[in-house]
Amino acid sequence: MTDLNIPAIAMFFVFVAATLGITRWAARRTRTRAHFYAAGGNITALQNGLAIAGDYMSAASFLGISGLVFLSGYDGLIYSIGFLVGWPIILFLIAERLRNLGKYTFADVVSFRLSPVPVRSISACGALATVILYLIAQMVGAGKLIELLFGLPYESAVIIVGVLMILYVSFGGMIATTWVQIIKAVLLLLGASFMAVAVLWNMGFSFEALFENAVTVHPKGKAIMAPGGLLSDPVSAISLGLALMFGTAGLPHILMRFFTVPDAREARTSVFYATGFIGYFYILTFIIGFGAIVLVSGDARFLDSAGALMGGNNMAAIHLAQATGGDLFLGFISAVAFATILAVVSGLTLAGASAVSHDLYASVLRHGEANDAEELKVSRMATVGLGVLAIALGIVFEQQNVAFMVGLAFAIAASANFPVLLLSMYWSKLTTRGAFWGGACGLSVAVGLMILGPTVWVDVLGNSDPVFPYKYPALFAMSAAFLAAWGFSVSDTSPRAKAEREAFDLQYIRSEVGRVG
Amino acid sequence: MDIATAHKIRENPKFAAMVARKERMGRRLTGFMLVVYFGFILTIAFAPHWLAISLSATGVMTLGIPIGIAIILAAFAATGVYVYWANTHFDEITREILKEAGH
Repeated sequence: MTDLNIPAIAMFFVFVAATLGITRWAARRTRTRAHFYAAGGNITALQNGLAIAGDYMSAASFLGISGLVFLSGYDGLIYSIGFLVGWPIILFLIAERLRNLGKYTFADVVSFRLSPVPVRSISACGALATVILYLIAQMVGAGKLIELLFGLPYESAVIIVGVLMILYVSFGGMIATTWVQIIKAVLLLLGASFMAVAVLWNMGFSFEALFENAVTVHPKGKAIMAPGGLLSDPVSAISLGLALMFGTAGLPHILMRFFTVPDAREARTSVFYATGFIGYFYILTFIIGFGAIVLVSGDARFLDSAGALMGGNNMAAIHLAQATGGDLFLGFISAVAFATILAVVSGLTLAGASAVSHDLYASVLRHGEANDAEELKVSRMATVGLGVLAIALGIVFEQQNVAFMVGLAFAIAASANFPVLLLSMYWSKLTTRGAFWGGACGLSVAVGLMILGPTVWVDVLGNSDPVFPYKYPALFAMSAAFLAAWGFSVSDTSPRAKAEREAFDLQYIRSEVGRVG
Repeated sequence: MDIATAHKIRENPKFAAMVARKERMGRRLTGFMLVVYFGFILTIAFAPHWLAISLSATGVMTLGIPIGIAIILAAFAATGVYVYWANTHFDEITREILKEAGH
């Protein structure tokens, strides 16, 4: 598969041409920061639901989860469920209040009644840490995947992804980013549906037949029908569960999507659609993974000389595309995988750029006195800066193990961003000091424990024993964040803290009824 | 929103009642998801063999598969219940409250 893949490249060019056309159309409509950050608030619930689902259905989750199902069966479903259950939580606790209180970034909400400079600084740190870690993981994955699928050298693949993403985001802002995401989400859902139906058609539309065939050919046999070794001790299980469930509610590129709809009603309805699409997609990846066990693992075309899957387990869905739909469909799925990477990194870059221009530049540096044109200019510069950084880091980390980075991004989102956001909305006694130290503790404990834990200390740095025994830091880092936010708030007796507590009432009413008058 | 409007909204008993109902619903559904999900996670940690129980004497289908799919469907259904109630009942009351506060 190192030859140039012509149908895939042709279809990818069609996608790029179409999305650049959309970017040109969007660029003409992106005149103010409200357009750049939030598409002018004109996205409907269904469109936003698709875009959110698109952000979530990254190449990593499509190929990674179907690959995990291919490798160990049921364990892939455990991951899917963890990623999905964060959505109801976002709906019940966060979505509509976020829309009612904020404009462009989640730091808008946290700083609603708190002092903007410290609160936005720490929120921007959490947002940027999440975004950059996620970006590195996506860029490295993108380079390797495109190298494999399209026969392009790694560096060129990373540069192409980086340049296209800079074009989409800097010219088309949120309008282009949303539409690229919607188109890709529809293509991915159609492609995955086709594969799942093809698998079931091969099995006479019987799940029992699918599972029976899979158990027969899989080296682990019946073990693939039940939990394997994914979560063996309860502390790891709870810690990973917390990171997955609450991490989603702290991902800046997800949270910013709630500002693109006109009101709280559309915000909550979009979560309903998104949960439906994502749940459906995960059921498809489960069928695709089992389908690959049956249709791919015994086919010599897809195996190397040692009998292992060509390109690694993450290629299971890609090989299944060829097995079910031939070269043309393989080209389609490859192009969709490339498009998926582009759409996801665009969303991430926009979220990072918003943190830089809206939180750090406009609020912290200029104390809210930057005008529309200045802020827009800085957001575009930040986009280019982040894009170049993503390309550079993508190339630097080529040979590194980046698998831990998405986990760390989720841990930081759950431990630094989510607790502060939740407390700012619901706990009247939260003060600036509490929010700052809560965020700072969550961030540093998550990063510190991850470095000292098995994934970085042993797997990346090569030490023999981890200093911190658990792979997933969220349980400890989240507790530290809530504890610090509580302690530093209740002990805060400054006049500013008193005024902030009194301002909660007004914020609370606004969070319920929206921006009135 | 000016202070006078906020004051009127806060004094309206409908506001307190609506918010209490909405939050109770949010808390219950959140609790439901937490119990379902952490119940599942802890079963995997402590008693994974329960999920490996065969559903029939001859087939390979295990209890874990329908349970996993059911959790995905339950998450979707829970969002549906909340959105239905919020979009019909709670939004209606919010509109009334705003009207009574002069908006």
